[in-house]
Amino acid sequence: MGVLVGKDTKVVVQGITGRDGRFHTLQMKEYGTNVVAGVTPGKSGQDVEGIPVFNSLEDAVARTGANTSVIYVPFFAAADAMYEACDAGIKLIVCIAEGIPTLEMVKLSGYLKERGTRLIGPNCPGIITPGEAKVGIMPGRIHMPGPAGVVSRSGTLTYEVVYQLTSRDIGQSTCIGIGGDPIIGTNFIDALEAFESDSQTEIIVLIGEIGGTDEEEAAAFVTKSVSKPVVAFVAGRTAPPGKRMGHAGAIISGGTGTAEEKVAAFEAAGIPVAGTPSEIGEIVAKTLAS
Amino acid sequence: MKLHEYQAKEIFGSFGIPIPSGKVATSPEEAGSIARDVGKKVVVKAQVHVGGRGKAGGIKFADTPEEAREVASKILAMEIKGLPVKKVLVGECLDVEDEYYLGVIVDRKSKKPVFMVSSAGGVDIEEVARKTPEKIHKHQVDPARGLMPYEARNLAFKIMSDGKMAMKTAKVLMQLYEVFIGVDASLAEINPFVRTPDNDMIALDAKINIDDNALYRRPEIAKMRDLEAESPYETKAREMGLSYVKLDGSIGCIVNGAGLAMGTMDMVKLYGAEPANFLDIGGSSSPEKVMTAMEIILSDENVRAILFNIFGGITRCDDVATGIVEALEKMDIEVPVVVRLTGTNEDQAREILKKADVVSVSTMDDAVKEAIRLSKGGE
Repeated sequence: MGVLVGKDTKVVVQGITGRDGRFHTLQMKEYGTNVVAGVTPGKSGQDVEGIPVFNSLEDAVARTGANTSVIYVPFFAAADAMYEACDAGIKLIVCIAEGIPTLEMVKLSGYLKERGTRLIGPNCPGIITPGEAKVGIMPGRIHMPGPAGVVSRSGTLTYEVVYQLTSRDIGQSTCIGIGGDPIIGTNFIDALEAFESDSQTEIIVLIGEIGGTDEEEAAAFVTKSVSKPVVAFVAGRTAPPGKRMGHAGAIISGGTGTAEEKVAAFEAAGIPVAGTPSEIGEIVAKTLAS
Repeated sequence: MKLHEYQAKEIFGSFGIPIPSGKVATSPEEAGSIARDVGKKVVVKAQVHVGGRGKAGGIKFADTPEEAREVASKILAMEIKGLPVKKVLVGECLDVEDEYYLGVIVDRKSKKPVFMVSSAGGVDIEEVARKTPEKIHKHQVDPARGLMPYEARNLAFKIMSDGKMAMKTAKVLMQLYEVFIGVDASLAEINPFVRTPDNDMIALDAKINIDDNALYRRPEIAKMRDLEAESPYETKAREMGLSYVKLDGSIGCIVNGAGLAMGTMDMVKLYGAEPANFLDIGGSSSPEKVMTAMEIILSDENVRAILFNIFGGITRCDDVATGIVEALEKMDIEVPVVVRLTGTNEDQAREILKKADVVSVSTMDDAVKEAIRLSKGGE
């Protein structure tokens, strides 16, 4: 089980013949992901380790029945790639690229919403349902199947948390990296909804950071609509206001988006907030044992 | 990226938004001559990237060109919240009847541009939002079609009743949206937007923040970056593709990934010390990048220890280890270095570090504690 990706996922890779695209395609395949096609305009007829390459998404979908796309094209071509995937009827798009203009994402978000296409990212590591499918760039071997649903705005911090969980023998149902940009396709609430209705998920780990109010809204949603235990972490308690901390979305602006507000919102919702990544593992272990 | 008021006004002017006459000056003499050209009472405003310039004495009025020269000389010698004033905007001083607020931002929640207008202009809009939220009117724009003229009119009528004034304001709202889209802003704001005794509607102040991600397709805006307003190390980091923010603590942090970098800083604080910086070294960590990162961190005199925290996914730990060893050989590094590497090729990395006598630890908690211990002389 797990959410959004699994055994039925048939992946098409956009930008499969590029350096990163090829590398991560092979990593995904090695993990056991069903990668059915790749797209690089002008390279139709070629293959990447047996995976057929097509000129367009339309061709790739028509010929292979791909239902999920992962985008490894550079940031300046990523918006076009997302429109192409949506227009070809893909229902789940995973976009890794960092650096897409915010107003490009504003336009695209409305377009995808109207057509019922889900986007994960951009500026994210992707999504993995351990033991079933990995669609993204995370190191597969640190994961193992199990009861914890993980959702995070960060990449390497998520690896750290997953590593903590796995080393305590706590596996994961699905790990979703929703991305560090201000405008993202899938937010915490979308992920919480999915985990709530997933039978494999017994506990949800939510990794937030400074900027925006997505964590506060997630906390309110948990109070209202989530019956499973949730454990949270908020990065950026030491971040100064007004400075972008790497991620385009990680900025305290006009006094809002601080870690304190987010921690307070979680605590008010009865959600334990870990002080360190290793403490997340402790709390999850304790909660699962009780 | 933040623009200065004078830059934002130039952009407003080029999109047709009425602005007061005036120009930017870098010397008192220049300020005097601009005041002479304006030919009436002027206002001299410090051009720095901080709020509260007025309260800090960075905005002054002058009746004559000589007086303009004098106040400019005072303002140009000032530091406002730690930032030296290098430029002043010398502009026509207007009589003001009413002050309004007009602004547009990207709203993360609705994923749309959102206009905010208020009849309570000229004051801190965040304070208005906190104390009297009913005085702020909001409107979400459908990004597919943009702001429609009727929407602009309706917004204007929310904050004023005179038809002629409202039509003028609606026109400015349309222009403001064009600016917002045209320069890829994350915020475009007029505060205050004023009515003069002649019933002219004018942007008395101007604020534009640009989306950094869009600078690649706005080269003319990217050129407006004021390198004097940031530290040379921030400039260097940006040019090398590193994300760096200086802080006041003693533990220099070099981390891959923004979230893990923040998590590392937070842990330093939790265990009783203060981080000296935020630094995300990014995905592909070449030896050159590692060396630049160390150079930037060591430029900060407060740094007492350097802490590497690398979780190798795409980043190969052995690459980072090689970079660290190279940097240690080539550079004269007097502070202790603690390295935590986990993930892709970590065993090779440990071997490389061991040969070069670099302390490496396997968990983030231990690494942070060790860096703090060594920063205090190893007690």
